[in-house]
Amino acid sequence: MSTTALEPIAHHGAVVEHDGHHGGLIPIAPERQLQFNRLGMWLFIISETFLFAGILIMRIVLGRNEDGFTRPELSQSLGLVITSILLVSSFFVNRAEVAIKHNDRFQFNLSTFLAILLGLIFVGGVVYEWDEALNHFKPDGHIEGGLFFFMTGVHALHVITGVLFLLIVFFNGIRGHYSSKSHWGVESAALYWHFVDVVWVFFYVALYLIGTVPETVAH
Amino acid sequence: MLIPRPLRILYHIGLLRGLVVGIIAMIAGMILTNIVRAAFGMDTMDLMLPLKALFGSTVWQARTSPDTATEIVTGMGAIFFTLGFLAGVGSMNDWFAWSIGLKGGDGHFHPKEGIPTWTRYFSFDTNHKVVGIQYGLTSILVLMVGGLFALIFRTELAQPGLQFLNNQQYNNYIGIHGLLMIAAVLLGVGALSNYLVPIMIGAQDMAFPRLNGFSYWIGVPAAILLLMALPMGGFDTGWTAYPPLSVKAPLGMQFVLLSIFILGFQSIVGSINLLVTIFMMRAPGMTWFRMPIFVWGVLAASLLQFTATQFFGLAFISVLIERWVNIPFYDPARGGNVTLYQHIFWFYSHPTVYIWVLPGLGVISEILPVFSRKPLFGYKPIALSSMAIAFMGYLVWAHHMFTSAMDPFLRLPFMLTTLTIAVPTGIKFFNWIGTLWGGKIHISTPMLFSLGAFILFLLGGLTGPPNGLVVTGIHLHDTHWVVAHFHITVFGGFLFSFLSAIYFWFPKMTGKMFNEFLGRVHFWFMFGGFATFALSLFRIGVLGMPRRYADYDSAWGFGSLNMLATIGAFTAGGSMLIFIFNMAFSARYGVKAAPNPWRSRSLEWQIASPVPEFNFSAIPEIVGHPYDYGLPGAVYAILSPEDQVAPLEDAYTPLDQPEAVGSGVAAVPVAGD
Repeated sequence: MSTTALEPIAHHGAVVEHDGHHGGLIPIAPERQLQFNRLGMWLFIISETFLFAGILIMRIVLGRNEDGFTRPELSQSLGLVITSILLVSSFFVNRAEVAIKHNDRFQFNLSTFLAILLGLIFVGGVVYEWDEALNHFKPDGHIEGGLFFFMTGVHALHVITGVLFLLIVFFNGIRGHYSSKSHWGVESAALYWHFVDVVWVFFYVALYLIGTVPETVAH
Repeated sequence: MLIPRPLRILYHIGLLRGLVVGIIAMIAGMILTNIVRAAFGMDTMDLMLPLKALFGSTVWQARTSPDTATEIVTGMGAIFFTLGFLAGVGSMNDWFAWSIGLKGGDGHFHPKEGIPTWTRYFSFDTNHKVVGIQYGLTSILVLMVGGLFALIFRTELAQPGLQFLNNQQYNNYIGIHGLLMIAAVLLGVGALSNYLVPIMIGAQDMAFPRLNGFSYWIGVPAAILLLMALPMGGFDTGWTAYPPLSVKAPLGMQFVLLSIFILGFQSIVGSINLLVTIFMMRAPGMTWFRMPIFVWGVLAASLLQFTATQFFGLAFISVLIERWVNIPFYDPARGGNVTLYQHIFWFYSHPTVYIWVLPGLGVISEILPVFSRKPLFGYKPIALSSMAIAFMGYLVWAHHMFTSAMDPFLRLPFMLTTLTIAVPTGIKFFNWIGTLWGGKIHISTPMLFSLGAFILFLLGGLTGPPNGLVVTGIHLHDTHWVVAHFHITVFGGFLFSFLSAIYFWFPKMTGKMFNEFLGRVHFWFMFGGFATFALSLFRIGVLGMPRRYADYDSAWGFGSLNMLATIGAFTAGGSMLIFIFNMAFSARYGVKAAPNPWRSRSLEWQIASPVPEFNFSAIPEIVGHPYDYGLPGAVYAILSPEDQVAPLEDAYTPLDQPEAVGSGVAAVPVAGD
């Protein structure tokens, strides 16, 4: 018998209540459902990886021009600060997940709140960075600048989605909807948040660190 | 009840509710976008413009690209329409409930008092069989609409000179034909895999039933938006939407880009759902190499689909962003790179061919042993060749770009990978021949279509290497040869096997038997018509007639062959009407079918027709190999006696054999025949 195959779970203890119409339905045990959810979430993340890999390929291909491989002129200190903020937010998301695993509700709520706060500060940082960058280049100028707006924009959209997930987790959390046994919502939001964070590590390198700033900023 | 019953029924048709909420959301979204734009001091769109266009006081300018305000406001309207539609259908109710901390429904169908059950086929439903049939019906509808456009411009091409289409209309129709057909094929793949995979692996439903229903319904607004492209000014790029033309194309282009982007969600969530189902929900005893071969095809296709589709989305959304905010991805004057689009685009759009054909080839592998009464020859090679095709599928995309600005050096490696991918495809052919060889072949409509698919896909396969070889590929590029090649490949690899699958599983889906005579008439008209069409096109392609031209010089002498191709296309298209009549008539008035009219060993044929709501009352146990036809005493699965249906006395069994029902299962082991 295959180890991956579904075990018959004939009327497992933890059943979802159902009426007479569903006499034929064998409920899926919560722990099995959790395995489904985890696999599905990871497949989604692999899928998203292809999107961001594609964007990074665009950056690598379009970064090469007559000045060699270039990068846009950006505030290095601001980039470092917002990157650090996002990385620290991931720490708090992880802390929230660990806390709910130990049923530590106070730590869970506090950490989720701090992660949301840091996520919003990151989004604010990106907006500030856009405002700064507009002094040097425009989205419809040279592709190098355009790609900066595209990459940070796509990423910020994912961060905002992550913040929405964390807000849902936070508001359900303060109303006591999660427990150490059942917190898939927290787990999936945390996984998504870490993923978006890892993507930023690559985007940060691609936008702020590699390549050279051309001597004359013609565009 | 205060509300009269017809109104209640209308309310419970999710499609109508979705359309109403979607249109309200669209208008709200357009007004909102206009307000936001006005607040930031940007120019706004005249919201009366669509109405004026509708009543003829103004027309959408076809050739000129629209102003950005109109483009963005209508685009946001389309996005709001999609979201409103999905909310109105009710596909996200449970997710909304969960996100505000409510319990939500249990994710299963509950019949409502006084509401007929047919409404569930037009509403959000989580049962994989309902979703599968929804996919299937939509697929056939889109297929017919797409085919109609093909017949229109095929008629135009029948004679030299422009008869009734102008160049712009011709461009619109070839583009919309291509995209509608791609949507139809993807929906068809969804139909087969959603309906069959859970039953075949002995599960009661998909892993994520709500996501399954959602993934179907997201395709409906996408199809609507795609059709909107024509009244919105059309698009003159063909289905590939190459920039810089697609950046400058009329407003219709935007609807194509958005529609395909939205359709990508369907592909991605649908394939993730299938992957989790196949990985986690196989019945006890169903090891990887006891899986039905169709499930292998779906597995390989889903692996491609859930990754590569992101690149399609990226390609189209980057064009859309260039149109909206003018980021110069594809403007070389500002550092953009047009060839980059082609790389990103074909990184999905070549693998998508395998997403279509792998389930189709799985159907052929499923049907040949049943009608040959022999074990599937080379089960493991066929299963693993699907995985090999899926893997190799990632590595061949640039063979579409031999004539592009790509570095000529890259032609060689892509030529080699392209020719290598013929090997796993060839493995399938040889194993199919091995399956047929010495078999006791019963010719029936599903078998006819599978054999037709075999022949057409073989022709499609053999005409592939000339495109993949650089020397001949450069000559054949963008000629009708290529058109004939991919049409014959998709007809063989997908459409014929899809029709074969519909005929084969029709008794299981409806509990009725289709009309065999009409089925055979359909096959011969379709096969003959399509073969005439494709072979004529191969000829004119080799002679050098380019594709995507509305007209050709009569001095070239392509006229008679083009006329022949048009006649063939009409024959094939007309035969689809026979098919639709046969299916619709038989579903209502057909003879009652036996649970297992084809004497298949697969799980779905052991249970009642139509399949009960949750397929099995107890999860079956798999104890043997699925394709041991004719091996005495071979047992595949043990089902609960409740599921294992008894033979029906008055049932119609086209293969008049004594052990016509319940073969291949412990209760009635198959004797050799």
